[in-house]
Amino acid sequence: MNNFTVGVVVFPGSNCDRDVSWALEGCLDIRTKYLWHESSDLSDVDAIVLPGGFSYGDYLRCGAIARFSPLINALDEFVKSGKRVLGICNGFQILTESGFLPGALTANKNLNFICDDVELDIVSSKGGWFNNEGEKQTIKLPIAHGEGRYHCDSDTFKKLVDNDLIALKYKNNPNGSSFDIAGITNEKGNVLGLMPHPERSCDEIIGGTDGLFTLKSLILK
Amino acid sequence: MDQFAVKVFVRLRPSVLDPAGEATKSASIKLGAEGIKSLRIGKMIEVKIEGNGENEVREKIDLLCDRLFANTVIEDYEYSLEKL
Repeated sequence: MNNFTVGVVVFPGSNCDRDVSWALEGCLDIRTKYLWHESSDLSDVDAIVLPGGFSYGDYLRCGAIARFSPLINALDEFVKSGKRVLGICNGFQILTESGFLPGALTANKNLNFICDDVELDIVSSKGGWFNNEGEKQTIKLPIAHGEGRYHCDSDTFKKLVDNDLIALKYKNNPNGSSFDIAGITNEKGNVLGLMPHPERSCDEIIGGTDGLFTLKSLILK
Repeated sequence: MDQFAVKVFVRLRPSVLDPAGEATKSASIKLGAEGIKSLRIGKMIEVKIEGNGENEVREKIDLLCDRLFANTVIEDYEYSLEKL
């Protein structure tokens, strides 16, 4: 993967950008480059991660202001070209706000900020983001969010099911998400958004390695 | 140019659970207020804006509401407009 470079987007208020970069570089030997949100030049990165955090202070709604950054404007072409985009937590919120993924994320049902490890069923491996060869598989990843309740109406849910777009479901839904949804892809499969943090599960020393597969899959063509 | 004061109300759609509203309803009952059947929390945004007449300003506010102030997947909006 010599020259493959993953762009890690930095918004004012992002706080998982360094974790993502560390996981990719330190655990997987994948080169990364920080992309400031005001940049619209994506020519020297091959995949992009929108990391977790509180972009623009989560003002108005989570991800609502980030959507208007030059970088997100440039993302449309990037996605259309088939390159891979991974939105984690706040990154997932930005992807729904900007229309790359359907539905919306809103306040957890119990109003708590939940910081915990959760068990997740891999529903689909569309786009190659998860490994569910053979039998249904379960992975464990950390979550850390106050507004992670995925919401969609029944028509959208039908589309998600019919097109195999639900990537992950919570085993024990912690936040009241519709249909237990924790992560979804776009129809092409090159965009994944999920609330759990794969970058926080990349080394046994911090509790697990179930996130490695998803991060590694950024370098799939 | 005319100047207008606009008040935009953004609310969660009726079908979307409002946990903050539920928590506030529960506190209201603890306070001793009786008869509360429903309590939901929204946002109010005040905008002062100028334009050539009400129609032009309404177009601008519609765009702002639809693209920025509300996420129409989960929220509805309405606004009132007053010429200054």
